Amino acid sequence: MEARLKNRHRAERRFRLFGGLAIFTSLIFLGALFAIIIQTGAGAFKQTRIALDMHLSPADFNAGQAVEGDWLERADYQAMIKRALRQAFPELRSRREKRSLYRMVSSGAAFQLRKKLRGDPGLIGTDFRIWVLASDDADMVFKGAVPRDAPVAHRRLDDRQMSVLEALEDTGRLRSQFNWTFFSAGDSREPELAGIAGAALGSLFSVLVCLALAFPLGVMTAVYLEEFAPKNRWTGFIEVNISNLAAVPSIVFGLLGLAMFLNIFGLPRSAPLVGGMVLALMTLPTIIIASRAAIKSVPPSVREAAFALGASPVQAVFHHILPLAMPGVLTGTIIGTAQALGETAPLLMIGMVAFVVDLPTNILDPATALPVQVFLWADSPERAFQERTAAAILVLLVFTCLMNLTAALLRKKYELKW
Amino acid sequence: MAHAPTLTQVAEIPNSATIGLLGDNPLALLKHPEARTGKPAKMTSRGLSVSYANKPALHDVDLDIPVNRVTALIGPSGCGKTTYIRCLNRMNDIIDTCRVEGSVTHDGEDIYAPDQDVVRLRTRVGMVFQKPNPFPKSIYDNTAYGPRIHGMTGSRDEERALVLDSLRRAGLLDEVRDRLDAPGTSLSGGQQQRLCIARAIAVRPEVILMDEPCSALDPIATARIEELIAALKQDYTIVIVTHSMQQARRLSDKTAFFHLGRLVEQGNTEDVFEAPQDGRTRDYVMGRIG
Amino acid sequence: MACLIAASTISILTTVGIVLSLIVESFQFFRMVPVSDFLFGLHWSPQTAIRADQVGASGAFGAIPLLAGTLLISAIALSVSGPVGLLAAIYLAEYASPRFRSLVKPMLEILAGIPTVVYGFFAAIVIAPLLRQGGESIGLEVSSESALAAGLVMGAMTIPFVSSLSDDAITAVPDSLREAALGLGSTRSETIVRVILRAALPGIAGGLLLTASRVIGETMIVVMAAGLTANLTINPLEAVTTVTVQIVTLLTGDQEFDSAKTLSAFALGLLLFTVTLTLNVAALKIVKTYREQYQ
Ligand SMILES: Nc1ncnc2c1ncn2[C@@H]1O[C@H](COP(=O)(O)OP(=O)(O)O)[C@@H](O)[C@H]1O
Ligand SMILES: [Mg+2]
Repeated sequence: MEARLKNRHRAERRFRLFGGLAIFTSLIFLGALFAIIIQTGAGAFKQTRIALDMHLSPADFNAGQAVEGDWLERADYQAMIKRALRQAFPELRSRREKRSLYRMVSSGAAFQLRKKLRGDPGLIGTDFRIWVLASDDADMVFKGAVPRDAPVAHRRLDDRQMSVLEALEDTGRLRSQFNWTFFSAGDSREPELAGIAGAALGSLFSVLVCLALAFPLGVMTAVYLEEFAPKNRWTGFIEVNISNLAAVPSIVFGLLGLAMFLNIFGLPRSAPLVGGMVLALMTLPTIIIASRAAIKSVPPSVREAAFALGASPVQAVFHHILPLAMPGVLTGTIIGTAQALGETAPLLMIGMVAFVVDLPTNILDPATALPVQVFLWADSPERAFQERTAAAILVLLVFTCLMNLTAALLRKKYELKW
Repeated sequence: MAHAPTLTQVAEIPNSATIGLLGDNPLALLKHPEARTGKPAKMTSRGLSVSYANKPALHDVDLDIPVNRVTALIGPSGCGKTTYIRCLNRMNDIIDTCRVEGSVTHDGEDIYAPDQDVVRLRTRVGMVFQKPNPFPKSIYDNTAYGPRIHGMTGSRDEERALVLDSLRRAGLLDEVRDRLDAPGTSLSGGQQQRLCIARAIAVRPEVILMDEPCSALDPIATARIEELIAALKQDYTIVIVTHSMQQARRLSDKTAFFHLGRLVEQGNTEDVFEAPQDGRTRDYVMGRIG
Repeated sequence: MACLIAASTISILTTVGIVLSLIVESFQFFRMVPVSDFLFGLHWSPQTAIRADQVGASGAFGAIPLLAGTLLISAIALSVSGPVGLLAAIYLAEYASPRFRSLVKPMLEILAGIPTVVYGFFAAIVIAPLLRQGGESIGLEVSSESALAAGLVMGAMTIPFVSSLSDDAITAVPDSLREAALGLGSTRSETIVRVILRAALPGIAGGLLLTASRVIGETMIVVMAAGLTANLTINPLEAVTTVTVQIVTLLTGDQEFDSAKTLSAFALGLLLFTVTLTLNVAALKIVKTYREQYQ
């Protein structure tokens, strides 16, 4: 008996240990997930720039004298950048050497130069310095994301380029600054020119459409089911239907969107409008379920008081009950919206997965969404895109967390009230 | 579980050598008139105070539980009877906010001592609850639960014998003999409570604590349980909380009256009911408070 | 009022829309490929079938490898989230102090709030290479798109699912049963294993079914971390493909709505919808009867 008791206590400790381990493992996983994504993505918020000393003569802009119109627009800025590079490194003469030199700066450098000159055409004829974007490979090495002694194949900068990099560094012509491009640009094939603005706008439009549809529909459904619906088989069926709809895989909603909204209604592909409609159908059950719970928790005395004042049932609901249920309704709506924001699969089905460079300006423009951008970039081989994928995830997570936090705070406050 | 007897309390804890003799000690007799039951104490409490989340529920209770006798705890609702009885097998340990001070002994051993094994204690001091709470298992498995976890029986046959014996002692065997595999929850309330008693005695405890075991039962089922308790007292020390004064009188040898968290009076059941010393006891047994 | 009634029918219309669009397109598909070929065929290679008349007897639309892949990954995921989630729920419900519980429970729930595309990325860039290296070091060949990587990450993602559903089931077990077991001298773990889990079993099983339905329909993790080619295997170190991966692959890019290739995605969708709905209805039923039992 005593020996058995000892064994039983040992089993007890073991069991408890397993429970603790399970929690520990889950938390470690959560920690590792965040740590690795932050570590991978942090670099993307910095961007390397190279200083080029320019001297442009008016002749550079008069190549085709006869050409009328916007001469500032048509000049060959690419050639000017290349010339400045050659002048900075006169010792590199062969074609191959020069080509590898050119690859140190981004193809976006020419646009930067044009923008600068359009802002201040008086620079023509003077000596000035411009900080142009480094190419993604140079950027990765300078930021230390790729070790300098890594094999060439992995480093992607050859030895000549490395010595250029070091020369630039030694003469103070290399610096790292905050990566505004990442927040202001649309997608691009070049990592250093790629940004999340297009995807973020796409997400914003989709989520707005989703909210505009799902919120009123969800609240009205909840009000009807909770306050007015007769308890019969039809409403019972609606209820079961709603709880099952909440568990339908998101990709099936995408199939619905493709077959109904695109094929039958002929709405445009890749549009945030359709994305928002699909997301709205997915969010609806969440909002309905949360709203019903919120309406249910309003004390019956409120309703009786409203009736006592002579309010009609509809007035009682909209003037008295719904305002009191609003915190709960909003909590559910925010949680549903956070889910919609992170949803990817259904958007793939309706074509919000295209390579879109231009920022969408309305809900019919082709667009992607933040999670879709993550998906697209994650597939790219360039290291610099991996970094940006993680950074885009961080942005997505910040929004998701903020929304969930708001919901949690709202819920807490609301619980205190009753 | 905070267990911090003060120095003076520690000094008052009778050591194991004297505790068994308390009943024969004339000094103790003066100090503890309950010792007149003539039986040595199986369990004792000294200076027992309990609080829930710093809200006191029991103050300074000194009580002896005589061996092989039925001790009844009576008193108005909320006076601390449940709290007291749950201290005797440390059932209060599972309530996070509960703090216990003072000492409780079982066979002279301090059950709140740091090295005390609660599992062993609870096998010796069993419990039957106010509401019948059979496990969602068969009648047989319910009864065999204790013997199985404690490894009390070597073979299946032995186990079966023990289960049948326990059911017989609980007066349930004849009613369930041919449906031992039916779920325990399929029985009537009174049968369920007897099943719970069978389940408790299958572990062969020394003490059985019963917290209002009949409060959820009808009069016929109550009568059955009362018969059962009267029979069980041969082999077990029984502590029973009851709301019914008649039940306490019929069943118990000793009665302790609690009021507002204090032990007001204790003694032979007859004395407490016929000649209560305290005004509050008198009021209660005559039905004026409660 | 009419407004309210109209609004409440939207959810029904959605379901009807889903069912209709899936059935109509699937019906067209089944005119080109027999149902039995689809359900029992062992070979899946839709890429070769550019036009309907090329398919036929080749049996390129056999869904079995996809189902097997889906099952394999789901099984891995559930064998992670099942025990871990259940043990975590037990610890939180039965052992943890209220403070610890109120701290850790929301942290676990963060796992459920993270967009799945994030898990896909994590599986592809962290877990898969890790498994590959680990496999190499002990002389095992692990595919870079192994079922294991996708399954493990999906398992981690669904831990809070299992744990919060199990937690509900465990805390719904009345304290009287806990006390009865402890009062007979059970240790806590004996009480949990022999009494509480037993009583909570229907609730836990319902939760597991819901999780299974979730795992089967999960798309992004498998799209990013599992393979594209159909592979009929039970080796978790190999690449397999799933129903959802194929739907995505078939429908991203340009589609023609008269090709068997495109339409097959809807047949897969119908299959997926049917399976998850069945699991779901079963789960809700179990959970509901369980809840009624302890009211
Ligand atoms: N778990 C608990 N938490 C807080 N207070 C409690 C708890 N259990 C009992 N109490 C309080 O302790 C006092 C004694 O209760 P109890 O022992 O149950 O009385 P009785 O069984 O005599 O009716 C009451 O005031 C009650 O409110
Ligand atoms: Mg009580």
